[in-house]
Amino acid sequence: MLTKRIIACLDVDGGRVVKGVRFKELRDAGDPAECATAHARSGADEIVLLDIAATSGHRRTLLDVVRGTARSLFVPFTVGGGIRQLEDAAAVFDAGADKIAINSAAVRDPTLIGKIAGRFGSQAVVVAIDARKVNGGFEVYTAGGRVATGRDAIRWAREVAICGAGEILLTSMDRDGTQSGFDCQLVRAVAEAVSIPVIASGGAGSALDFIKVFREGRADAALAASIFHFGIENIAQLKRELHHASVPVRWPC
Amino acid sequence: MIAIVDYGAGNMNSVKKAFDYLGADVVVTDQARTLTAADKIVLPGVGHFSSLRALQSTGLRDALLQAASAGKPLLGICLGMQWLFDGSEECGEVAGAGIFSGKCRQFPSSVKSPHVGWNSLTVQEGSRLLRGVAQDSFVYYTHSFHAPALAAASAMSEYGLQFAAAVEQYNIFGVQFHPEKSGDVGLAILKNFCEV
Repeated sequence: MLTKRIIACLDVDGGRVVKGVRFKELRDAGDPAECATAHARSGADEIVLLDIAATSGHRRTLLDVVRGTARSLFVPFTVGGGIRQLEDAAAVFDAGADKIAINSAAVRDPTLIGKIAGRFGSQAVVVAIDARKVNGGFEVYTAGGRVATGRDAIRWAREVAICGAGEILLTSMDRDGTQSGFDCQLVRAVAEAVSIPVIASGGAGSALDFIKVFREGRADAALAASIFHFGIENIAQLKRELHHASVPVRWPC
Repeated sequence: MIAIVDYGAGNMNSVKKAFDYLGADVVVTDQARTLTAADKIVLPGVGHFSSLRALQSTGLRDALLQAASAGKPLLGICLGMQWLFDGSEECGEVAGAGIFSGKCRQFPSSVKSPHVGWNSLTVQEGSRLLRGVAQDSFVYYTHSFHAPALAAASAMSEYGLQFAAAVEQYNIFGVQFHPEKSGDVGLAILKNFCEV
């Protein structure tokens, strides 16, 4: 039986893992390669590494981090942040990523999705959508949540799927870092609109939040960062609880 | 020496990295003569069946077929396993190797496609490639087309229907999942291939 995935996210800045609340107030949470291996060992089904600074000066540092992290990681590994063109994606794949995540660049030029998918396959292209609740709907934001695009998140999700995205990483900006639960309404709306897998992100705080986003939100996977870094809840414990609640997960693994 | 075939599709690096981790003597190559010199061959691959067309134009197809009939252990991963069959509905004009009969087909519309994530294996007894792999072990998949269920299947998985997760016949092995991305279970399978 296909299981629901638990994905650990590492937000990286200048070669270190950091975590903020609502994209701000950053705290240091360790070395990326060590964090990734530790998460994989405790049962993470996948690792996502997001370069949150993503300035050109940091680019070489990031590629070194990707290389170092990929070396001893044998679960799927996604890298996002600062990928603006096909060559950026190629460099990240070459450094050892299995998938890339693009956000702002896809909004700017949706054909980039097809270009990367055409060369590396759709399975390697994750389109990240940051959405915020606005007037009863959900609006897409870019540039790390700073720029409102006026686009409807559900319509954009359908479009990226048609363009060749393999998965959607859907972040609720209202919930990000709050540990107040995933936005099940947003996740379900997107999951029902597309046939590609949807990864729910933003708001993970407890095992119950994961159960809800899989049942009510119909998410295929759920991602969390902050709760896994500071010992609030480890993945092994989370998976045990999901397993006991009859949510299909890779457990024991 | 294990040769990993580079035909321009997919990420051979991650397959190589896994064999490196296991301490195997492994090279990535796009040369037919390196396949002839190798003790074992791995045909990886992700993406569209049409990318296998490159095997034809580069002479790699003939080298692979020769190695297969000479009894050299050959492991097809994902698209590489699908190549071992007659062909795929994904691209009718590119022929597979025809070592296993049947065509790869799309998943039924009752399930989301692609099939992405960790799914469990029903392992048949006596498989050399899956030796020591526990029943219901989880492995990582990412694909839209699947091989038919057949007698040569050494493991099955279920996603809308039962499909061949792994095939095995004499020196020919195939896995639809990605052992290089399937944690300790996947590494154990690659280690078995090193030792067959």
